[in-house]
Amino acid sequence: MSEPSDRSPASGASVAGATIQLENLTKRYPGSAEPAVDSVSMEIKAGETVVFVGPSGCGKSTTLKMINRLIEPTSGRIRIGDEDVTDMDPVKLRRKIGYAIQSSGLFPHMTVAENVALVPKMVGWSKSRVKDRVEEMLDLVGLDPREFHGRYPRQLSGGQQQRVGVARALAADPPVLLMDEPFGAVDPITRDHLQDELIRLQHELHKTIVFVTHDFDEAIKLGDRIAVLREHSHIAQFDTPEAILTNPTDDFVSGFVGAGAALKRLNLTRVRDVGIAEFPTVTVDDPLQAIFDRLRDATTNELLLLDKRGRPYKWLRRGDLMRAKGSLARAGTLVHDTVTRDATLRDALEAVLTDSGGRVAVTGRRGEFIGVVDMETLMNSVHEMLEADRLTAIEHRHELEELRRQQTRLEQEGAEAAPPEGPKRADA
Amino acid sequence: MSFWSYLGNRHQQLLTDAFQHASAVFQCMVLATVIGVVLGVLTYRSEWAGNLAVTATSTILTIPSLALIGLLIPVLGLGVPPTVTALTLYGLLPIVRNAIVGLRGVDPTLVDAAKGIGMSRFARLAKVELPLAWPPILTGIRVSTQMLMGIAAIAAYASGPGLGNEIFRGIASLGSANALNQVLAGTLGIVVLALLFDAAYIVVGRMTIPRGIRV
Repeated sequence: MSEPSDRSPASGASVAGATIQLENLTKRYPGSAEPAVDSVSMEIKAGETVVFVGPSGCGKSTTLKMINRLIEPTSGRIRIGDEDVTDMDPVKLRRKIGYAIQSSGLFPHMTVAENVALVPKMVGWSKSRVKDRVEEMLDLVGLDPREFHGRYPRQLSGGQQQRVGVARALAADPPVLLMDEPFGAVDPITRDHLQDELIRLQHELHKTIVFVTHDFDEAIKLGDRIAVLREHSHIAQFDTPEAILTNPTDDFVSGFVGAGAALKRLNLTRVRDVGIAEFPTVTVDDPLQAIFDRLRDATTNELLLLDKRGRPYKWLRRGDLMRAKGSLARAGTLVHDTVTRDATLRDALEAVLTDSGGRVAVTGRRGEFIGVVDMETLMNSVHEMLEADRLTAIEHRHELEELRRQQTRLEQEGAEAAPPEGPKRADA
Repeated sequence: MSFWSYLGNRHQQLLTDAFQHASAVFQCMVLATVIGVVLGVLTYRSEWAGNLAVTATSTILTIPSLALIGLLIPVLGLGVPPTVTALTLYGLLPIVRNAIVGLRGVDPTLVDAAKGIGMSRFARLAKVELPLAWPPILTGIRVSTQMLMGIAAIAAYASGPGLGNEIFRGIASLGSANALNQVLAGTLGIVVLALLFDAAYIVVGRMTIPRGIRV
């Protein structure tokens, strides 16, 4: 997991991310006085997810499109890995950079498989390798290849289209993935699922991802680091989500963070970081008698019934089977909500709060059951987290007070030296 | 002589004429399609050039067909050359216009996506833009064919092939026993051909428009 770079791409394992360096990247459109993007410099580490977030029209999308040179920079350099790509053939460059956009950008006249196969075909993979890759990619984004292979984009839901869009972007195994508000056009629930999926994918693939959004919550959820951009793509703050939440550099950033920063912290911890408890399970294939026995023997008076593929299906309480006269189809309550290991604590809390039993089933990559998270585990972890946060907050407040003291001292000295300066500052 | 017995007597001649008529229209349509789509591809990205192409082709359409063929005879002689030239020129407008409208109507985000995943200019055109613009282009081809069916009759004036000969012969011998039958046979023949072509285009559409964008 820590050394993804020595995997060979031929064996089906993937190419890990590459660093991206932007140096004084500027875009000036003819006829406008101010540059759309003004001298952006940043370094994005290999395997890192960086989110550009900012108000609309701040140039974040333009900056992204300069990385694969859909928009040619007026000046500045772009380096990917060790290579300066500012002057290389843009068509060749783009085949090495995955690109996913809002509303998926799938070609409606091609099937799902044809869409995903586009880039591998262009870079000259053999037919059989392309075919295998398409299946692999569809499986990776959680779509059953047999079912979705021959479908056309219009036969898919918005969320499924977006998954195919991501599969297409990753098909030729590029080290870098650019995503331009990819989840902007889907409903909030689907968006949430897609975000979880992306986090899961990134855990497996370690690509370098640059993600553009105007939704700060999305940025917190997905980013290893967040670049908050203001007009002309000036970087207001470029730091980890935790640092931005607890210590925004200025009013612009704290305005963007918005209210409820403490609650947003819940988004930064994932289910896999807290204790996942085991839970007694049976499967639908087990003989009825065995299920009866388990229910009688089990120390808890509840069992989780899994379906044929090991996914959570029903909560079975002692007595449920009796009441349903031994019919598994009618017994128990359906599992209406599950979370993945990559879901945030906030999602888990939501699910636990709405569940009558006060617990939620945690599932793995393909929906298979892993364990449960209950109220108690959550409470404990949240308490720990808030305690740690309080300490850092106190620390930061001390630092801030110290800074402010210095500032007032300086201002007083300045005021004595130059009295006619007006009271323009409105400090918060 | 009744119309039906006229048809019975002359069916050999009529079938030859009908076949030549269809063949002339078909060949001119192939030419017009190739030229029209190429013109569309060359001009659709510039507002100015696209409009020029549409205006030029629609100007050709306003020239009366008889006059155009008449004007072409001194240059190209009689028979096939003026017929093919005139028909191809007339067939251009709907194809050029629909090609430009179709190509301009391709969702810009798709073109952006095609660029973004590394398709070359040619690949973008061949694999994304033209397939997506194909349904309107096919409609243009259909409209063109219907139009050319009628105009091709005039080709007989330049001793060209087709059912027009039947009509012109009838008109020339107006008052004789078979005059009306001749005109009627020529006209109905053209109508039947036009319907057959239209049916063929529906089949072509079924076969060439991908299921994903069929309405």
